[in-house]
Amino acid sequence: MEVITRGAVIPEPGNSVENKTGTWRVFKPIIHYEKCIRCLICWQFCPEPAILLYEDEETKKKTPAPKEPLKRLPVVEIDYDYCKGCGICYNECPVNAIEFVKEEK
Amino acid sequence: MKVMIRGNESIAYAFKLARVQVVPAYPITPSTLVPEKISELIANGEMKAEFVPVESEHSAMSAAIGASAKGVRVGTATASQGLALMHEVLFIASGMRLPIVMGIGNRALSAPINIWCDHQDMMSQRDTGWMQFYAESNQEGLDLGIMAFKIAEDERVLLPAMVGIDAFVLTHTVEPVELPEQKDVDDFLGEFVPHYVTLDPQNPATLGSFGFPEHFMEFKYGQWIAMERAKKVIDEVFEEFEERFGRKYMKVYPEFVEDAEIILVTMGSMTSTTREFVRRLREQGKKVGLVKLTVFRPFPKEELREILKNAKVVAVVERNISFGFGGAVYAELSSTFSRMKEKPKIVDFIVGLGGRDITFNTLNSVVEIAEKAMHEEVDEVNWIDVNKEAVLKAEGLL
Repeated sequence: MEVITRGAVIPEPGNSVENKTGTWRVFKPIIHYEKCIRCLICWQFCPEPAILLYEDEETKKKTPAPKEPLKRLPVVEIDYDYCKGCGICYNECPVNAIEFVKEEK
Repeated sequence: MKVMIRGNESIAYAFKLARVQVVPAYPITPSTLVPEKISELIANGEMKAEFVPVESEHSAMSAAIGASAKGVRVGTATASQGLALMHEVLFIASGMRLPIVMGIGNRALSAPINIWCDHQDMMSQRDTGWMQFYAESNQEGLDLGIMAFKIAEDERVLLPAMVGIDAFVLTHTVEPVELPEQKDVDDFLGEFVPHYVTLDPQNPATLGSFGFPEHFMEFKYGQWIAMERAKKVIDEVFEEFEERFGRKYMKVYPEFVEDAEIILVTMGSMTSTTREFVRRLREQGKKVGLVKLTVFRPFPKEELREILKNAKVVAVVERNISFGFGGAVYAELSSTFSRMKEKPKIVDFIVGLGGRDITFNTLNSVVEIAEKAMHEEVDEVNWIDVNKEAVLKAEGLL
């Protein structure tokens, strides 16, 4: 697609994926799965959304969890390509399972 | 058909004849009658359009942009403070390359508050990327209003345009106007086809996107190119209009200039007074000419160079002032001649601000100074018909 168009029109839809907003990040959220109770609050609050939800059995089983029965629930994962590092997930996590550390590039 | 109408109605009829589909507008003196007349035409079933009553001029232009982006013909009207309030949105209309046409009742800006004619409002929007036309009469208001759509919508241009009609002198003055037949205007304009990407749920696109530093200048260069191309398109449209309707328009309209030593440059309604004044000077054997500037953006440099190059003095008679330099037309005309070895002496005359009448006495003062300028130095910028003594006293200088 040509980048320069008349009137700065973007004539094709769905191209925001090309803009990797993850490069804007200064602080980075990291999920510590051994503390994560899979409540999905971070997934609900993420404004991007850069928190992905996995519902397949394999991911649910192989991802560590604080208690074995929690492995029946869906798992979240941060999409660092698009996470801008706003810190909302870190702020909202009820069990402090998300750490927020300075990005090192 | 000959009708007796006010200048504001000229704009309203231009929109009606152009089959404008959306009119978002907010009333302001002296252009209130434009939306008023249009709502009347719509209410009477004489015009098929959506009238959008908005809460400000800022919203009027925003709604115009939205409608134009949908791919319909859009017109609106405003003046003075209303145009000033639109300022930031005007850049968006031109940056998005939307061919909106707007009628302006050229009026002074506060303070002190004043509702009468001068060109300060449109001149202050010089750099917004809109084309600018100035009408001498109600007939010109109507004709330029119709032609503005054809020029703005041309595939080579795609820029918005404003058509200025002088406050009260035109907006509220009844003049005989030749109203073209609907079918002739339809033939002239053709059916509205948006030559740009429009808002369409079937073909999603992003309009009004973000422009990073690595792309922004290219979009601005595109607008520059469009404005340059508009010069030729304006000529073509003016010519076609003359062929079809018999009324001649030129970006720069010269009269009595062949052997003229002094040429007066005017804009808008003051041209009529000046024409008669110049005609009488000619009868007295004085070599004085007149040039009417109909198009201010794009600025017709080439034509002005050609027409004015042999004059000894060019007197720019203008109804606007850029404090700290001079009149806007003077500034541009001086730059136009900056690279030429042989050039006329260009002298600026600030007249008729805030609706002060421009009379033969005014023009006499102009020509007296212009004659003096033929063989001696005169001030670059001359304020005419001003009680300078009173001002100097108020400023503590006398």
